[in-house]
Amino acid sequence: MSETASKGQDYESSLSKATASVAAFEKRKGLVPQIQSALHATPALVPLVVLVLSIVTFGVLLGSKFFSPFALTLILQQVQIVGIVAAAQSLVILTAGIDLSVGAIMVLSSVVMGQFTFRYGIPAPISIMAGLMCGTLMGFINGWLVAKIKLPPFIVTLGMWQIVLATNFLYSANETIRSQDIEAEAPMLQFFGNVIQVGSARLTFGALFMLLLFVLLAYILNQTAWGRHVYAVGDDKEAAELSGIKTNKVIITVYMASGLICAFAGWALIGRIGSVSPTSGQLANIESITAVVIGGISLFGGRGAVMGSLFGALIVGVFTLGLRLLGADAQWTYLLIGVLIISAVAVDQWIRKASA
Amino acid sequence: MTIQPIVQGRGIVKRYGHVTAIDHADFDLYPGEVLAVIGDNGAGKSSIVKSICGAVIPDEGEIKIEGKPVHFTSPLDAREQGIEIVYQQLALSPALSIADNMFAGRELLKPGIRGSLFRQLDKKRMEDFAREKLTELGLMTVQSINQAVETLSGGQRQGVAVARAAAFAKKFIIMDEPTAALGVKESRRVLELIQDVRSKGIPIILISHNMPHVFEVADRVHIHRLGKRHAVMDPKSISMSDAVAIMTGAMEPPPVEQQQLTPKAA
Repeated sequence: MSETASKGQDYESSLSKATASVAAFEKRKGLVPQIQSALHATPALVPLVVLVLSIVTFGVLLGSKFFSPFALTLILQQVQIVGIVAAAQSLVILTAGIDLSVGAIMVLSSVVMGQFTFRYGIPAPISIMAGLMCGTLMGFINGWLVAKIKLPPFIVTLGMWQIVLATNFLYSANETIRSQDIEAEAPMLQFFGNVIQVGSARLTFGALFMLLLFVLLAYILNQTAWGRHVYAVGDDKEAAELSGIKTNKVIITVYMASGLICAFAGWALIGRIGSVSPTSGQLANIESITAVVIGGISLFGGRGAVMGSLFGALIVGVFTLGLRLLGADAQWTYLLIGVLIISAVAVDQWIRKASA
Repeated sequence: MTIQPIVQGRGIVKRYGHVTAIDHADFDLYPGEVLAVIGDNGAGKSSIVKSICGAVIPDEGEIKIEGKPVHFTSPLDAREQGIEIVYQQLALSPALSIADNMFAGRELLKPGIRGSLFRQLDKKRMEDFAREKLTELGLMTVQSINQAVETLSGGQRQGVAVARAAAFAKKFIIMDEPTAALGVKESRRVLELIQDVRSKGIPIILISHNMPHVFEVADRVHIHRLGKRHAVMDPKSISMSDAVAIMTGAMEPPPVEQQQLTPKAA
């Protein structure tokens, strides 16, 4: 036990003969690993390929009945609400959270917009602002409970789902505001129902808004510091915190953004169905999670591209319309979507192995 | 003339309930040196280092950085002062790129309206900077800067963490067990990195259990025992087994004259 300091290094003396390529990068060879790492780098690729394949398949099976500007823009109209909500859901899931209250926030926000206008006679633009603020506030409560009180997102938003939905029914007294009344007195509430008609293609403002929203979110997530922080928090919150990211602030702002986007979805919902109905949009939370999962965003957070969720929502829309035009039982749609969900998660697990 | 220490801690106390983790401990880090902090489990060596970087707020005592008293309440405060920490668990986001990780929390924005209004990141400038810093430390091939950190080996990740610290540290770097999770060859690389960083004039506090590593790179060895600074030794004047004996209480520390409380005059 009397070895000297220099002797203590003897065990490493053979290291000088070791190869010096510690920091070199090895390219993985073979087609399958290359596909794996390509998917790892661009996770929205899988849903895009599935989307294109399904459009081509239904196009071949149905011909111009499906492969027409009218039918394809109809899909956009049908998925606009789920698409917008899925954008909100994507943000939350990227932080390794989940937002079960998206549908409830959407409906409450639309009810606030409607009731403020019709019950209190407030000008429509101000009511709409109030609805958007209501959604943001609900999101803030979610985010605050998750970040500061450290409750699991599933529990927080499960609770808020019930609270917000009950508030919606209590406040609206389960009363629907009729489409004709809105059209006559506050057409601005139906703003997103406006249509740009090009030939037989019908693009609603709501569908355009959905597309623009996804472009905007893709920009924010990839090109701004806040966007990178969303990924970092979802990836490893502890590590993000230690490397100097204010993780609580990121989480709270993500849920606030989610609430705001859901409120926009509520506004678009009025445009889609014409009326303000407290019973609408009940499936929005499950459908949005479906779109996000099929879109290849990992439920474990930190991985995936927001564009994937758009593709995910469109895949569901293509299957729904395509199978209906084929005259198949609607249950086939659900069955196939179930298969897609499980396959998407299996692919996600496989892609993750590229990092191992 | 005496040199002003970078960090000077006097009479630091930290209690957790009935446990006194730090018991009137002193601490000194001088410019340009690698100071190793060793101590048995529970001796309080991480507590004292954490109290310097704000991760632990001491109950009593005074910490001065470059002569000015500081009261950090979080590691972010310390970071703003140019103090960088390399954590044992590395604090890297696996799915993000090397450049993203290096700039986490201090991203560069594009000049002009694209940065000020649209908050667009200047990816090119960040990538160039990251590449330059990694190359400076002899770490990377050039084309790999956008590679996700999870595709790197343990040693490469440690390299990224050290490069990040070295790139942004203005005052000093704290390294917590930087070689603990690494193999022999990768440890060697990290020890070389430590020497590279020191040669750039940035002092380092190195917490480690690995005596051969400590004795190889440290200029002075701070031996912590029972919450106190027990001795500070010159690694060239003491054997590893004696250091371990002092650390565990099997041997009394030598008198202060034979210790190395301040670095030797250059």
